[in-house]
Amino acid sequence: MEIISKLKKYQNKEWLYLQPKGELDMACADEFKETIIEGLHKSGSRMLWLDFSQITFIDSSGLGVILGRYRELEPMGGKIIITHPHEQVYRLLTASGLHRIIDIDKPVSVKYTKEGM
Amino acid sequence: MSDKEQCTLDSSQAKKINLPNAENKNNQIKLTFKSRSENVALARLLASAIVSERDMTLAELDEIKVAVSEAVSNAIIHGYQNDRECWVEMSMELTDNELIITIHDDGVGIEDIEEAMKPHFSQDQDRMGLGFAFMHSFMDKVEVASIPKCGTTVTLTKKLS
Ligand SMILES: Nc1ncnc2c1ncn2[C@@H]1O[C@H](COP(=O)(O)OP(=O)(O)OP(=O)(O)O)[C@@H](O)[C@H]1O
Ligand SMILES: [Mg+2]
Repeated sequence: MEIISKLKKYQNKEWLYLQPKGELDMACADEFKETIIEGLHKSGSRMLWLDFSQITFIDSSGLGVILGRYRELEPMGGKIIITHPHEQVYRLLTASGLHRIIDIDKPVSVKYTKEGM
Repeated sequence: MSDKEQCTLDSSQAKKINLPNAENKNNQIKLTFKSRSENVALARLLASAIVSERDMTLAELDEIKVAVSEAVSNAIIHGYQNDRECWVEMSMELTDNELIITIHDDGVGIEDIEEAMKPHFSQDQDRMGLGFAFMHSFMDKVEVASIPKCGTTVTLTKKLS
């Protein structure tokens, strides 16, 4: 799975920004998880920003990775945000209940803007 | 999985659920693939391809893809415990108003189907225990037949408008 990884300043904090591309299912769940864990470890950040603008499909395996990271970060005062999910992906994020514990952008049909980064 | 001879699941029950009688005019597809994670995408693709000539919304297509993804992932992860050298069987039947998909594995089976189907927080911290819940909410009917140590057949039915 192709994953763009950067550190970004946002709201006065340093975030690990990841933009994975493609379908987030059991085939790439482990790689996605390792990339997150490694990125957080290397940067020392506890703030995880997942840009889902390039994710076209997600199922419970992908959702499980996000929940797992939440369970690790939350007790350490960390945070996860998800931005720019496609409509179908957004639906799964809410159906799973993840939107109750993680900040998720409303799905946007407008073009992705760089505002606020 | 030693007493395979006693496994009647694929030969009798799967047939009852899905397989054709000689008169059947509906299109049917049967595919057997290795229990590998890269084949989950293939299964999704095939399911969305068979309904491609029907008028489907993107949302409906995604519902079918998610349900197939969950059933096939379960067959590989739980049924075969991630053994990459087993076989998953997928059959599909398209009628005038329904898509019927069966996913079968000859894996460990499920002791208590009712319990397994309840949404739960799984032992594994990276699993939500939502697979069956998604199948239920996205398909019109979900049937599970399973025999411990023999395998599992999941039948998913989606009404087409
Ligand atoms: N094909 C199968 N063979 C054996 N056991 C299965 C099979 N499918 C499901 N199960 C059992 O049913 C349980 C519930 O499955 P379900 O898909 O709802 O959740 P999960 O797979 O544990 O988590 P998630 O799907 O959210 O990643 C599984 O944990 C497993 O014990
Ligand atoms: Mg599952």
